Amino acid sequence: MKILVAVKRVVDANVKVRVKSDGTGMELANAKMAMNPFCEIAVEQAVRMKEQGQAEEIVAVSIGPQVCQEQLRTALALGCDRGILVTADSDVAPLQVARILKALLDREAPDLVILGKQSIDSDNNQVGQMLAALAGMGQGTFACKAELDEGRITVTREIDGGEQTVSLKLPAVVTTDLRLNEPRYASLPNIMKAKRKPIDELTPADLGVDTASNLGTLRISPPAEREAGIIVETVHDLVDKLKTDARVI
Amino acid sequence: MSILVIAEHDNASLKAASLNAVAAAAEIAGHLDQAEIHVLVAGHQCAGTAEAAAAVAGVAKVILADAACYEHQLPESLAPLARDLAGSYSHVLAPATTTGKNLMPRIAALLDVAQISDISSVESADTFVRPIYAGNALATVQSQDSVKIITVRITAFDAQGSGGAASIENCDIVVEQDLSAFVDENLSVSERPELTSAKVVISGGRGMQNGENFVLLEKIADKLNAAIGASRAAVDAGFVPNDMQVGQTGKIVAPELYIAVGISGAIQHLAGMKDSKVIVAINKDAEAPIFQVADYGLVADLFKALPELEQAL
Repeated sequence: MKILVAVKRVVDANVKVRVKSDGTGMELANAKMAMNPFCEIAVEQAVRMKEQGQAEEIVAVSIGPQVCQEQLRTALALGCDRGILVTADSDVAPLQVARILKALLDREAPDLVILGKQSIDSDNNQVGQMLAALAGMGQGTFACKAELDEGRITVTREIDGGEQTVSLKLPAVVTTDLRLNEPRYASLPNIMKAKRKPIDELTPADLGVDTASNLGTLRISPPAEREAGIIVETVHDLVDKLKTDARVI
Repeated sequence: MSILVIAEHDNASLKAASLNAVAAAAEIAGHLDQAEIHVLVAGHQCAGTAEAAAAVAGVAKVILADAACYEHQLPESLAPLARDLAGSYSHVLAPATTTGKNLMPRIAALLDVAQISDISSVESADTFVRPIYAGNALATVQSQDSVKIITVRITAFDAQGSGGAASIENCDIVVEQDLSAFVDENLSVSERPELTSAKVVISGGRGMQNGENFVLLEKIADKLNAAIGASRAAVDAGFVPNDMQVGQTGKIVAPELYIAVGISGAIQHLAGMKDSKVIVAINKDAEAPIFQVADYGLVADLFKALPELEQAL
């Protein structure tokens, strides 16, 4: 069995980012970048399936500028076998990302696709669902459990009221939620080994995909700041303020 | 052109989140000429839900697709149905719940259009505002697609009232598929208000130390008729189930009163609650970032403060 995972380069989850003063984007010039946390979980899941003898090959894909090589190398150090970098200079919108991945599915014919449920920068939560639609596959989104079973995969999904379990015919698309697994760290020997693993480079045009989107961003602005609050000394003071000043209880 | 809202329901009843989505549809309709709001109720044996949707203010028509294939509202069945209906609409909306987030991108891809996630305000019929970077920025986006597929941040739109008398039209499109099958569901049962619509929310973090200590929050929740939430740290530590998680990738809440107990205030948590009207933080660490967004901060040991608070209410 072959698994395809996609990894996105995003600002590190611990960095507090600010809006650029001209409203065109975020101040990311010197920000620490990393693999999107949900993509790490996707890679970990694929690697575990391989370790359990359920998969033979894992292909990692990233879409973005050359520097996304770093995140692909991380994926290779974690246990993916080879990488594909689809180079794009500007941000690629979810539908176009899904089209690129669909074109790669046509080439690679994986049995399972594992993606993060959302990236922590654009917070869209769309690509997996879109890819499943374009490829005519079933989708197991927000997965907290995924088990392969004779041509199918059983996925337990985190939903608002609890959990839902669905059974999908393979090939299928699974998107990861936080509790699916705890990603490992890459070991130094594996980081060294990853340097020799192959990364192919393609452009969206090679895959026949136009990256123009019908959804444009007019501006990026900072959210309204909350007014500074006060520190109360006792529980009694707190209850008093909530009753008489805030009037919420 | 009219606007279609996809109802969130469990066959037996219409979920409150649908009312927020209809409210967003009404705002969009205000920017259009004579746009009607229609609601799609797709499910199985859900005629009662269709009647409830017909009574929502401003709804002109309810489309009832009642068939066994829609019983569990799997997106592999619902998305082709919505695609077939979408031709008559300029906008298709659903609440940004796990159901809406699962479904809407699939519909958008079938229609070959973009999807606009989690809008928090409507600027015009084609321009919307949505939070990005865990709410640290707001993006104003404009769509040139002929049909706009949108999920709505439910806390950003007041629930639509009742008083409508819409017609109910049956839709006989059936979508049989073998890509996915429902296995089972494990839903938490609670007498408390729903986290995303409660007027008061009290949440615990890692400082609660274990799941048993959440009983301290329950006692206060009982007095305030509050829902109980948790930070990711508390969920990761196994104190409470994930459906209680408030944050960037969990639930977004904006109650009248949010009480954060033993929560340090990571940006991912703030993303889920900083639009609350009044925020109270109780934490023994005076440097905790949660105090920067709190209207009222109490630097105290929660194991002393919570019983006192329960007494004082």
